[in-house]
Amino acid sequence: MSELSVKHLLGIKYVTEEDIQLIFDTATQFKEVINRPIKKVPSLRDITIANLFFENSTRTKLSFELAQKRLSADVINFASSMSSLKKGETLIDTVNNILSMKVDMVVMRHSSPGAASFLAQHVNATIINAGDGAHEHPTQALLDTFSIKERLGDVAGKKVVIVGDILHSRVALSNIFALQKLGAQVCVCGPKTLIPKHISSLGVKIETNVQKALAWCDVANILRVQFERMSASYFPSNREYAAFYGITKPMIDALDKEIVIMHPGPINRGVELSSEVVDSNQAIILDQVENGVAIRMAVLYLLAAKS
Amino acid sequence: MSQKLLLSDKDLHIILFRLACQLKETHGDFSNTLLIGLQPRGVRLAERLLHILQHHYKVSDVKLSQLDITFFRDDFRRSDKVLHPSINDMEVSVENKRIVLIDDVLYTGRSIRAALTAIDSYGRPSEVQLLTLIDRRFSRHLPIQPDFCGRQVDAIQNERVVVSWKEDHDEDAVYMVNK
Repeated sequence: MSELSVKHLLGIKYVTEEDIQLIFDTATQFKEVINRPIKKVPSLRDITIANLFFENSTRTKLSFELAQKRLSADVINFASSMSSLKKGETLIDTVNNILSMKVDMVVMRHSSPGAASFLAQHVNATIINAGDGAHEHPTQALLDTFSIKERLGDVAGKKVVIVGDILHSRVALSNIFALQKLGAQVCVCGPKTLIPKHISSLGVKIETNVQKALAWCDVANILRVQFERMSASYFPSNREYAAFYGITKPMIDALDKEIVIMHPGPINRGVELSSEVVDSNQAIILDQVENGVAIRMAVLYLLAAKS
Repeated sequence: MSQKLLLSDKDLHIILFRLACQLKETHGDFSNTLLIGLQPRGVRLAERLLHILQHHYKVSDVKLSQLDITFFRDDFRRSDKVLHPSINDMEVSVENKRIVLIDDVLYTGRSIRAALTAIDSYGRPSEVQLLTLIDRRFSRHLPIQPDFCGRQVDAIQNERVVVSWKEDHDEDAVYMVNK
């Protein structure tokens, strides 16, 4: 395996297991790079990247920007709140205007599922999906599975439960694809109202009792409840959600094995995870953030090589 | 594809001892010296020299690192192949050290230029020297010359110099191969 099978990173659904392994191998070397006294390499010095964030983001945007700067790329940032989109310009026009400034790659977050694929079909640049609505968030799934591999040695054969708001989560879908491609067993757990109706067709186990799900798994990836995407009431109150689905230290201590706790952030402390669990040794949440930069460097490097 | 033997097992053995001897003469007890094998092909040569220094010249405190220059190469996105990194092991500080870069074949000099840039990421060495087993003179693109050299070779562009090590290919030898 010498290069990626895809020209864009639109979703984990479209990449192969070999692609994921290649990204992991490259990310391992980049992780060493970002721990050097001087953390910058010149690989992408002739590349210009536009970060188009039509939706709010803190860590993904920072992580992508840092990855780009560590690779010596020129970076331009764009936030929709300050853009001409507010004046009625279409997405393709906005992006084509940016590309006229000789931009080679676009990292885009958008609230519409499929926005990245749409862009890849209509503009002449390498597109990386940084989250499209409730569809996919491929780099998050890559860094999550990379972090599992780093902690447990392998992903194949591991049991991973994704807990929380599966319905509104692009992280859940990308994680399901990535975990299954790498040979893990996947379970989703949450209130029935937050589990999509046909998710069992993806070959995942469904569990509504969080204690049972924790007893089954090796890794629990806890998702944030996405209040901003909820147009209806999916559970009575935060307090009730925390009482039934919040992970606490006594719940972890009651298990007969040590499980790994993950969270893609931002965390609602006291809702989906108690502070004690967030700060425990079993949580690899900050490792996920560090690995995010290395994974994004690997994705940018490998896609740039194909552009 | 035809190939011609440039150095036999015996020739290589003599040259390795000579290079180790020159290093010993220049660097004494190696207390302030760091040998750096360039990935992927300079590492094997560096390991052989280290072995000779430790076991035949009884130098106990000689340090060896491995430097991968993939991310510093100037042909990224300019060749058909995707460049894949190798393991990089630069645990020892280079600050104020005397560095000896070790590679098997010096050809255009571009790898060495990349290595000089890569070393900057780890600090400021007091001196950097270059040791190569084969120097393909008259093929240089950059003003880079070795300080220690096993054998100078005149090769034309469609010829390739291939260094074979027992550890990888069952024999110690250097061949000139017609592409």
